[in-house]
Amino acid sequence: MHTTFDVEDRGLQYVGSSRIEGPLVVVERVRDVGYDETVEIIDPAGHPRLGRVLDISEKQAVIQVLEGTTGLSNKALRTRFLGESFCLPVSRQMLGRVFDGLGRPADDGPPPLSAEKRDVNGMPINPYARRYPREFIQTGLSAIDGMNALVRGQKLPIFSGNGLPHDRVSAQIMRQARLLDEEVEFSMVFAAMGVKHDVAEFFIRNFRESGALARAVMFFSLADAPSVERLLTPRVALTLAEHLAFDCGQHVLVLLTDMTNYCESLREVGTARGEIPGRKGYPGYLYSDLASIYERAGRIEGSPGSITQMAILTMPADDISHPVPDLTGYITEGQIVLDRELFQRGVYPPIAGLPSLSRLMKDGVGKGYTREDHPTLASQLFACYAYVKRVRGLADVIGEEELSVLDKQYLKFGEAFEMRFLNQGEYENRTIETTLELGWDVLSTLPKDELHRVSDALLKKYYREKEEKPVCAAPLAEGTVA
Amino acid sequence: MTDASRTTESMAIRISGPIVTAAGMHAAQMYEVVQVGSLGLVGEVVKLVGDHATIQVYEDTTMIKPGAPIKCTGAPLSVWLGPGLVGNIYDGIQRPLPGIQAASGAWIRRGEKVAPLDTGKLWTFEPLVKPGEVVAEGRAIGKVAETPLVDHLIMVPPGLTGTVRSVVGKGDYKIVDTVAVVETQAGPRDVTMLQQWPVRMPRPIRQRLRITEPLITGQRIIDTFFPIGKGGAAAIPGGFGTGKTITQHQLAKWSDADIIVFIGCGERGNEMTEVLREFPELKDPRSGRPLMERTILIANTSNMPVAAREVSIYTGITLAEYYRDMGRSVAVFADSTSRWAEALRELAARLEEMPAEEGFPASLPTRLAQFYERGGAVTTLAGERASVSIVGAVSPPGGDFSEPVTQHTRRFIRCFWALDTELANARHYPSIHWLHSYSEYVEDVGLWWKKEAADWVELRTEALTLLQREERLQQIVQLVGPDVLPDGQRLILFIAEIMKDGFLAQSAFDENDMYCSPERQIALLRIILTLYRRGRDLIQGGVPLTRIRSLNCVPQIMRAKSAFGNDELEKLDELKQMVMEETEALAKEYIKEGTLLCTPPST
Repeated sequence: MHTTFDVEDRGLQYVGSSRIEGPLVVVERVRDVGYDETVEIIDPAGHPRLGRVLDISEKQAVIQVLEGTTGLSNKALRTRFLGESFCLPVSRQMLGRVFDGLGRPADDGPPPLSAEKRDVNGMPINPYARRYPREFIQTGLSAIDGMNALVRGQKLPIFSGNGLPHDRVSAQIMRQARLLDEEVEFSMVFAAMGVKHDVAEFFIRNFRESGALARAVMFFSLADAPSVERLLTPRVALTLAEHLAFDCGQHVLVLLTDMTNYCESLREVGTARGEIPGRKGYPGYLYSDLASIYERAGRIEGSPGSITQMAILTMPADDISHPVPDLTGYITEGQIVLDRELFQRGVYPPIAGLPSLSRLMKDGVGKGYTREDHPTLASQLFACYAYVKRVRGLADVIGEEELSVLDKQYLKFGEAFEMRFLNQGEYENRTIETTLELGWDVLSTLPKDELHRVSDALLKKYYREKEEKPVCAAPLAEGTVA
Repeated sequence: MTDASRTTESMAIRISGPIVTAAGMHAAQMYEVVQVGSLGLVGEVVKLVGDHATIQVYEDTTMIKPGAPIKCTGAPLSVWLGPGLVGNIYDGIQRPLPGIQAASGAWIRRGEKVAPLDTGKLWTFEPLVKPGEVVAEGRAIGKVAETPLVDHLIMVPPGLTGTVRSVVGKGDYKIVDTVAVVETQAGPRDVTMLQQWPVRMPRPIRQRLRITEPLITGQRIIDTFFPIGKGGAAAIPGGFGTGKTITQHQLAKWSDADIIVFIGCGERGNEMTEVLREFPELKDPRSGRPLMERTILIANTSNMPVAAREVSIYTGITLAEYYRDMGRSVAVFADSTSRWAEALRELAARLEEMPAEEGFPASLPTRLAQFYERGGAVTTLAGERASVSIVGAVSPPGGDFSEPVTQHTRRFIRCFWALDTELANARHYPSIHWLHSYSEYVEDVGLWWKKEAADWVELRTEALTLLQREERLQQIVQLVGPDVLPDGQRLILFIAEIMKDGFLAQSAFDENDMYCSPERQIALLRIILTLYRRGRDLIQGGVPLTRIRSLNCVPQIMRAKSAFGNDELEKLDELKQMVMEETEALAKEYIKEGTLLCTPPST
């Protein structure tokens, strides 16, 4: 039944398959085929579809078809093994272009000329060869710069929910991202997995209007593309990013959206293979798989370039303990969480104060990086805002009137923090100084004695003294105010 | 049978991710190391059925084809033990990462083979035995100054006993050079500075001992409230963002163990880079030497092959046991054991094993027990007291402690440092929750602490009780607000706040605060409790809480942890004096008799 034959210039082809199920095709009695090898499946109409080998034995090859199995039949299908794992031709010329989820031109341009081909799976970076990320990136957003600073080489995802403005926030970050000392602009690699056409259109338009398209590469695996294709899209994008960063020495900002769609595709393939599911049906190796994407960020010895990664994911039902945000949070260096309540109150960007975190901030801010008071200010703002949350809980129960004078001040502080510090315009690009000054403005609505985390020297320098005495229970406070 | 004939028959017949099935493996042994394909990818036999072997491969198997040759090595996965381990950084199967970088650049290429120790480097060997002496296994026959902090003892390998026939004089030798010949019943045996030991087998000891001494970590909440003993086992569970890794780093930096083994198991690459960057710069508070001179790092980050992650834990603990055998106290930090358990799960699924809870293999508890039981306080073969302490981070999905890895880990550890998301959100670090954590070593190490402070147990209990009462009062406050509480109860809230900010929270980045000596921990706790006891008496005497709150000493107590260093204990004495004087003054103002006050909690 399974015959093989040679077609001129097209190598060995196998005719027929024994099973087709979901995205998987099983071809029997193959020879000289490697694990993870790229495959071309030629459908009855004669069009090639790309696939890759998931499991190979002497008897059979299990192939994952990246472009869908619709219209394939066991009898008429032909398979060609390409003799290498999935590779992407990489080149600097790809900047300014739009590609599909597998790296083929999706604009009117020709395929890029390139002598270099890279395995999209990449290789793990030797931890010993990494350079620790330190340089502060100014995004122009106070909520990020002031409280959850991003540094070059970091991977910082945005945890969002359906209907929240993560697209606008990420587009703003991509427009405004700058390094402080040098006026270096980032190259951008943008990969969209399973997004709708209008979202793709939003990003392309945004990039074009701001003039950022010329230094950006976009990969789109749209919502109606075969879901398996999405498994390769982030890898394709990161392969190019690695080339731009570590071969060409550029600073690359990679935006991956939406990782939840990616994970769903992974689950789909895992289920089709009959794998034992883990939490919520996601495969047990979801963590390792996500790590193989997220860990492709950073800086290495011997190259001036860097890859900074921002992955957007929508939390199903806003649940941060859902496996996708949960495992992501374990791998990435912090997270920016968007908050529905802030959004509904009209705060933009609605970046939640407490659950957001940048793990690398401590090494990229402060003296020599931004300003000496930055770490203390952020820490104190966090602490006070955490207390605001408690006071608000209390006010809900006993009513605002019953609160102590100090607690009322905290409520005022909370309001100021959200409306003046967090809130800003979509086209407002704040410098880090503006952000810090604003932080002190807001913090100074509280009495000095409440700022336990700020040293006396910093208080003296930055605390805004008011005409009236701070309302404080302590009569002795008067002496310490001056 | 010759090696060549085995090579020709053994070949791969199926490849599925990191699992390769091979045929013609009738001579293979369980856990034998094999090399797969022309690149010689390192793998380990994990299942034998007939002449078929299932191999777990430690490197990426892309483009390995059925028919690829399999080469057996005849030995189980072993590590090299000898001078040169300390200060090094290895991957999960003990390949030195600096060596790999030298060979293949910033990326880890497959099939790269670099010896774990430099066989060409000369070490100055100093003999400790003379010819004619009878030496048993574990006995030191010489020593090498491995780093300024570590004198590396060259020991008679386990299983070897006899009379020293010859030993070299003091001089420079390579680790593979024979430094002594021991005449055994089976004939003369060469002893080199290099030993090899299979990672999955615990190294022998003479006997296990009771734990009596705390592992001082310089972290107040741990040392004072939930101490771990030298030879103990502890777990740090916490959801993401709760500061597991920072806490682990803090412990690895400041623990008073002789050797630190830090296993980065399935975690972030940048975190290992941070350790590599920081440790050589940080000074050990006891010796003043760079911390790297007593540290061994194992880094198998999350994007490195999953099978090597599984074995990295064993690699780390074997190195720890080797230094323990020299009579040292060793501390192992594994970050994170959940990633290791996930590697087990992933491999079990590939092997099509029947899953138990949440897909983890049914052998998970056994494997966890085997790991944690390799720690302990022991008498070594040479008769010395030594210990391996283990601290394992656990990353429960969704921060839910009822998941299998956390639950099973709890069965095999005696010290539980529960990290709390709410504390972390308020940036209270270390976010170890004082009510959810426990230590069963308190009694064991109590005697040691009593030498520092006779009333240690009482101080600790008083502080913990206070925090417990505060938690209950907070529930009322959440309902009705703090103003309705009487001053006596609000004092508890007030003191608990000082306790949290001024004692429990500890900055990992503040120069004075990052390491807090046991003496200073006690002094700080005493000051806070002095204020508490005095405050209680004052309130009974009719002094309003607001007066106590506004004492000048209060902000100073809050900042004392970072204002004074470990060598400024006298400043803390002054502060305590200030607390006493100010409270005394208040008493004089309000209480006619003036002398109602209790004595301060000190000796």
